[in-house]
Amino acid sequence: MTSNTQSYLLVILQGSLLTVGVSLGALAVSIILGLLGAAAKLSGRPVLTALGTFYTTIIRGIPDLVLMLLVFYGGTIGINTLLEKLGSEATIDIEPFAAGVVTIGFIYGAYMTETFRGAILSIPKGQMEAAWAFGMSRSQTFFRITLPQMVRYALPGFTNNWLVLIKATALVSLIGLQEMTYLAKQASSATRSPFMFFLFTGALFLVYTTISLFALKKINARYSLGTKRVQL
Amino acid sequence: MEWAVIFEPENLALFGNGIVITLWLLASSLAAGAVLALIFALLLTGPWATARYLVGAYTFVIRGTPLLIQVYLIYYGLGQLEWIQARWDAVWPWTYFKEPFFCALLAFSLNTAGYTAEMLAGSIRETSAGEIEAAHAYGMSRVQTMWRIVLPSAMRRTLPAYSNEVVMMLHATSLASAVPNMLDVTSAASRIYATYYLPFEAYLAAAAIYLCASFCLIGFFRFSEGRLLAYLAPQKN
Repeated sequence: MTSNTQSYLLVILQGSLLTVGVSLGALAVSIILGLLGAAAKLSGRPVLTALGTFYTTIIRGIPDLVLMLLVFYGGTIGINTLLEKLGSEATIDIEPFAAGVVTIGFIYGAYMTETFRGAILSIPKGQMEAAWAFGMSRSQTFFRITLPQMVRYALPGFTNNWLVLIKATALVSLIGLQEMTYLAKQASSATRSPFMFFLFTGALFLVYTTISLFALKKINARYSLGTKRVQL
Repeated sequence: MEWAVIFEPENLALFGNGIVITLWLLASSLAAGAVLALIFALLLTGPWATARYLVGAYTFVIRGTPLLIQVYLIYYGLGQLEWIQARWDAVWPWTYFKEPFFCALLAFSLNTAGYTAEMLAGSIRETSAGEIEAAHAYGMSRVQTMWRIVLPSAMRRTLPAYSNEVVMMLHATSLASAVPNMLDVTSAASRIYATYYLPFEAYLAAAAIYLCASFCLIGFFRFSEGRLLAYLAPQKN
């Protein structure tokens, strides 16, 4: 291995931090959107339910990549046209990082909505009724009763969504964010040894997904404390 | 918004061609992936520990890395190996590795095979013990039990999960646009964007096409589930 190759591997390793950044940012966005979406779909108000259903159906029917290109290229032009119409001289460039976090967060918010909705529905109704009987408000019931219990039901779906989300960050390289896939591609064309660099990047993704699985297993064990297990 | 551009004959033709390529990629990768998945699932649930271990490692790697990396690894990466380099100019079948379509197809097939194999293996494992015992009581051999009893029901029970995988694969074919010289729906949109600088119209048109295709696939699977899984539905009386 030449020192040149080594330095490229190091650069890719640094780029992997950006991957983590995009993933965590998108995760935060998707959790917020997921909770809002689940609340809207379960609200019982026709307009909100329809809005939530529209969001989850449309987003899950379009490829991540197309949505990302739409937000990145379309969003830049859209914002600038809007600014122009408002009489502003300024132009704004959407950064690939922001576009990636927002788009991936927006897409996986739809998947999270479904996961959270299912989890909330799994909580026995008596729990909520008991909370109301104690005089808790809607928000108190949500934060004290619903949220801690739904974690356990939501974790399997959440784990899946998170693993798919991490892998989706590789797509942000296609709109120019210099995360590890992008850097691996650059290193490949510079050194003519693409096989090694892509293998290395793949291995890094594998490390991230394995660590996540391990961590989520621990969290699952913590939130399942006190639940009864039945041997089949 | 200048939607008229999308409906110009040459751009409609570009999208039409893109739809054909996308559907062709989807159908062939699903077909190849399904055959591989069946073999892998049988190995995963089979008696040979080495095979279980190897296929398990395969699905772990395939499901733990992004498809984009897998596409790059096959399209750009394999060209680095001297063994392939020595053969891909003349020796069949290695000449295929120079073609973008084949490389994308190979990556998609290997990917969907990994996911589908795990689903199918899960259904095979969940086959109720009574059915298998009944088959043994009738004197069926292991192979006969698998072929006549377990597989027909396991494949049907995989259908709901598999329909998700098919829609995911439809969306995954958009990654073909990351390989040069491919002209699927997403690449067609990118080309129109580059020519006219109309990102909204181009990508919204592509999104609408994918949305229609997704709904058609979901509708088709709902219909098949109603037919093939009717025996699992709760009894009406």
